[in-house]
Amino acid sequence: MPRITFIDPDEGEHVVDIPLGWSLMEGAVRNLVPGIDADCGGACACATCHVYVDPKWIAALPPKGEMEETMLDFALATAPNSRLSCQIRVTSDMEGLVLRIPVDQH
Amino acid sequence: MTQILIIGAGQAGLTAVQTLRGEGFDGAITMLGDESFAPYQRPPLSKAYLLGAFARERLFLKPDAFYAQAGCELLLNARAEAIDRAAHTVRLADGRVLAYDKLMLATGTRVRKLTCPGADLPGVFYLRDIADVDAIQPVFTAGAKLAVVGGGYIGLEVAAVGAKRGLDVTVFEAMDRLMARAVSPAVSAFYKTEHEKAGVKLLLNTGVEAFEGAGKIEVVRAGGVRHPADMVLVGIGVLPNDTLARDAGLACDDGIVVDRSAMTSDPDIFAAGDCTRHHGREGVAIRLECVQNAIDQAKHAALAMLGRPQTYSEVPWFWSDQYDLKLQMAGLARPDDTIILRGDPVSRKFAVFHLRDGKVAAVEAVNAGPEYLMGRKLIAANAAVPPEKLADMSIAMKDML
Ligand SMILES: Cc1cc2nc3c(=O)[nH]c(=O)nc-3n(C[C@H](O)[C@H](O)[C@H](O)COP(=O)(O)OP(=O)(O)OC[C@H]3O[C@@H](n4cnc5c(N)ncnc54)[C@H](O)[C@@H]3O)c2cc1C
Ligand code: FES
Repeated sequence: MPRITFIDPDEGEHVVDIPLGWSLMEGAVRNLVPGIDADCGGACACATCHVYVDPKWIAALPPKGEMEETMLDFALATAPNSRLSCQIRVTSDMEGLVLRIPVDQH
Repeated sequence: MTQILIIGAGQAGLTAVQTLRGEGFDGAITMLGDESFAPYQRPPLSKAYLLGAFARERLFLKPDAFYAQAGCELLLNARAEAIDRAAHTVRLADGRVLAYDKLMLATGTRVRKLTCPGADLPGVFYLRDIADVDAIQPVFTAGAKLAVVGGGYIGLEVAAVGAKRGLDVTVFEAMDRLMARAVSPAVSAFYKTEHEKAGVKLLLNTGVEAFEGAGKIEVVRAGGVRHPADMVLVGIGVLPNDTLARDAGLACDDGIVVDRSAMTSDPDIFAAGDCTRHHGREGVAIRLECVQNAIDQAKHAALAMLGRPQTYSEVPWFWSDQYDLKLQMAGLARPDDTIILRGDPVSRKFAVFHLRDGKVAAVEAVNAGPEYLMGRKLIAANAAVPPEKLADMSIAMKDML
């Protein structure tokens, strides 16, 4: 189970182990990481699972799908390193991944 | 201390708990559900979970620790039997009596059952909850003859999973096209082709007359023909769980009637999700059976219980997964809408827009995320877009507004 770190806007670190094949969002929700609301349960329909990927990790993640890209176009406070955590499945090479949680998802 | 009581531990109930706490409510919350599970997602039940590609623990909307952390007393295997509005209490099947200041009904739906001869034979299944899938799994095996009754989205999702798992699948549909209640003819026709390509037999205009078998299902009699079957999955719609409300004298009309703040005809009782009938953003009374409505209406119910009613006007949306096809819909189509096709169904990536008075009223998108998402925006904005522009693939969806 890769170990993933979520950093909240107050710099609090939430380190969670997420089973392979689960989405990053599922791992966060399962471990009660605050600020990953995931209203739509991973249907890529709400953008309340938005995270910023640590710059070192951007290239290591699978690219955005068209759906995720469009959803992010409409989301609040996005940046080039924005991703929807429900759209990324955990693989073994994500050990040590660092993600930041936005101030507000709504 | 204010006591909020929620009946029904599903998507709507859970969303209300989250909203209440998110909005700073510091009174007591009790949520009761008659299933033995904490709130979970139903959509995977006919998709990845049935396929076996999704561990059970992934179904749960929150880990168990959430309820303690949120200060929500969660009572499972607990069925509400009667509401005493004068006393502000709810009686449970086990005799317990719970008091409330504000009550929320989030009781969802139950499946509509077939009543034809043989309908209660072993091997005839329905699909609403985890227990149903657990009962289906042992016989849902390669080579088995699966008869699906009802060509709606649940029946077709099960057919798709069945075909993928090597079952021999036949779908019986009484209407002349698939998903007739939910999608336009072009989309029905597209899905017909896809299911046939996957080896699923589709019998349209074919109502089921009876099930036959000695001790278990063996034959489906439909259209005067006897079709051998090892198992049957019935997906012919759902009925709202509104008996509790009706018995308590609350206004009901095929669903618990709520206003746009999610209040019932009793100012201390609110309702949200599949069990309700409300006047949607278009002003017509509707009953929606989708995650979106459960979530958005529950948020409204929570705010209303806190004395901050808001007008519910969100655009309804819905999805269905069959094979590698993602069907996503938003808005409410009407038969007399003008239909605009964007993209070519042969490419397995297209969208159908519904225009009403020149404005985008609904969209159905197949493997077309931008069309769906931008469609939702256009519907919410009541935007007028010229038909030729919508159909023009050289114009990106994000440039439609
Ligand atoms: C197989 C399947 C696939 C689906 N796929 C999709 C999809 O792809 N997209 C989509 O948007 N929607 C889908 N839906 C619909 C979606 O799951 C529902 O709209 C949603 O679950 C509604 O939430 P709810 O909270 O209103 O009701 P529910 O989730 O049904 O929860 C209500 C709960 O209340 C309990 N209850 C009822 N009466 C009582 C009582 N008297 N006392 C105590 N408890 C009671 C019920 O047992 C139930 O657990 C699907 C549904 C099913 C069954
Ligand atoms: S959970 Fe809704 S878009 Fe990711």
